Amino acid sequence: MLRKPSHYMESQEQKPDPRSDFPILRREVKGKPLVYLDNAATTQKPQVVIDRVSDFLANENANIHRGVHYLSMEATDAYDRARAKAAGFLNAATDREIVFTRGTTEAINLVARSFGAPRISSGDEILISAMEHHANIVPWQMIAKECGAQLVVAPVTDAGEIDLEAYGKLLGTRTKIVALSHVSNVLGTINPAQQMVAMAKEHGIPVLLDGAQAVPHIRVDVRELNCDFYTFSSHKLFGPDGVGILYGREELLAAMPPYQGGGDMIEQVSFENTTFRAPPERFEAGTPNISGAIGLGAAIDYMDKIGREAMHAREAQLLAHATGKLGEIPGLTIRGTAPEKVAVISFTLESAHPHDIGTILDSAGIAIRAGHHCAQPLMQRLGVPATARASFAFYNTTKEIDRLADTLLEVNRMFDA
Amino acid sequence: MDELDDLYQDIILSHNKRPRNSGHLDPCSHKADGFNPLCGDKLTVFLRKPGESIEEVTCQTEGCAISRASGSIMTTMVKGKTEKEVEEIITGIKELLSGEEEPEVDLAKQGDLASLVGVRKFPARVKCATLAWHALESALHGDATTTTE
Ligand SMILES: Cc1ncc(COP(=O)(O)O)c(C=O)c1O
Repeated sequence: MLRKPSHYMESQEQKPDPRSDFPILRREVKGKPLVYLDNAATTQKPQVVIDRVSDFLANENANIHRGVHYLSMEATDAYDRARAKAAGFLNAATDREIVFTRGTTEAINLVARSFGAPRISSGDEILISAMEHHANIVPWQMIAKECGAQLVVAPVTDAGEIDLEAYGKLLGTRTKIVALSHVSNVLGTINPAQQMVAMAKEHGIPVLLDGAQAVPHIRVDVRELNCDFYTFSSHKLFGPDGVGILYGREELLAAMPPYQGGGDMIEQVSFENTTFRAPPERFEAGTPNISGAIGLGAAIDYMDKIGREAMHAREAQLLAHATGKLGEIPGLTIRGTAPEKVAVISFTLESAHPHDIGTILDSAGIAIRAGHHCAQPLMQRLGVPATARASFAFYNTTKEIDRLADTLLEVNRMFDA
Repeated sequence: MDELDDLYQDIILSHNKRPRNSGHLDPCSHKADGFNPLCGDKLTVFLRKPGESIEEVTCQTEGCAISRASGSIMTTMVKGKTEKEVEEIITGIKELLSGEEEPEVDLAKQGDLASLVGVRKFPARVKCATLAWHALESALHGDATTTTE
């Protein structure tokens, strides 16, 4: 993972610094230049995305699928083009496999409700892992309780990897669906998703992958992964918040009942009966987040312009630098040391609680996240109440990482470790 | 980092390092858990109160320096006090930590408590400082848990 990103360095000399694409990175916080290391919570937005959204609102705004008038058709076109961009981004076979949702959370709830619930009954099992975000635990737990099914949890090793042997043994005839994070938001671990999907497929079990933390960092190809469902949120991918993507295999989506009822998802309505549209519209009840979807399309275009390989190489460089720097700090433990990981580092200090670390870093203008990261069961597995987490994007710099490390030494001095 | 120094005063750091009256109290007559779902701070307040007065009190905290120090300071302040006196102290604390008006801080009168006033400049941390006091209130009222939400 930690290969030298030489081509990035070369291209960077010619191209303008990508940091200048992000207006917020020019901000000061508490009188110091902002160091934004909370990218796993949400990424910052480049000017082109901000402009695309505001241009839509200023000059193109109309509702979609509803009007014969020019603006409505133009907006519908732009919305559909965003869908096509998302399909291309994930290498889906057709645009019809791409459903716009409010985000990862809604996408998982949609699958749990419309795909999971009808096929899960008493005594069945839903298999997840011990490193899931609450968004990939709670919807399944709710369905399991309703259906009398069991939520089964694949264990995580001390290094922060799913125990593949244990996972294999948990797959069985009672397993009705497997739902796994592609990349952990706490540990940064890249799970061997392709292999884990293949293992589930040997038993004919459908698989959902939560890609919220994967898409910003690694190339994702849903056909290569061979998963049945894949989810992500626009706001973690340099796009606006309030919109996300559910990829679903066409034949599975076609057989699923609607998630919500309302306008846009129907063919014909009478008080006796309603017939529903085909996917993806069947799952997009009501006016969607049109400007958000179009903004997501602009974010995907932006990533293509920067070059995803270059971004990933840059992140690998940042991860290597941060791992080295943090490793030198006395009393610091990195939580999650899988060989395959993205640029996310959770850590604890012997001297200070993560909450105190967060406050002290904030006073230095450095934004990280402290807490349980919506993964309380994983905190229990790690045996810590909380961690501090620094998560990087390609626009971060090694200098920012040095500031992080220096301030952590300051924390140690303050708590006289 | 002036504001930071106000927050992490030596008194706070010392209570954080060596919390007074920590651990479990067995037997106890009153007990309540405090939980801050936002950051995962967790504590339990134990009381032995055979009559009107608190005879023994402990606070077991798993959390940040502010919540640990606040719990520790709390135990030193309410031991031996009657329920009515404790209610008054709690009212004063709420005023001190999150009241509208900038409080008058009197080191001689308020002692270690005055050191908590630094959280006022850190709105995200006020709940850490009040958690033990909310749990104390719950314990006195016979509730089993309190959260900061
Ligand atoms: C792994 C993972 N899954 C799901 C989510 C939920 O995403 P959202 O809040 O955008 O729905 C997140 C984001 O916090 C995440 O990191």
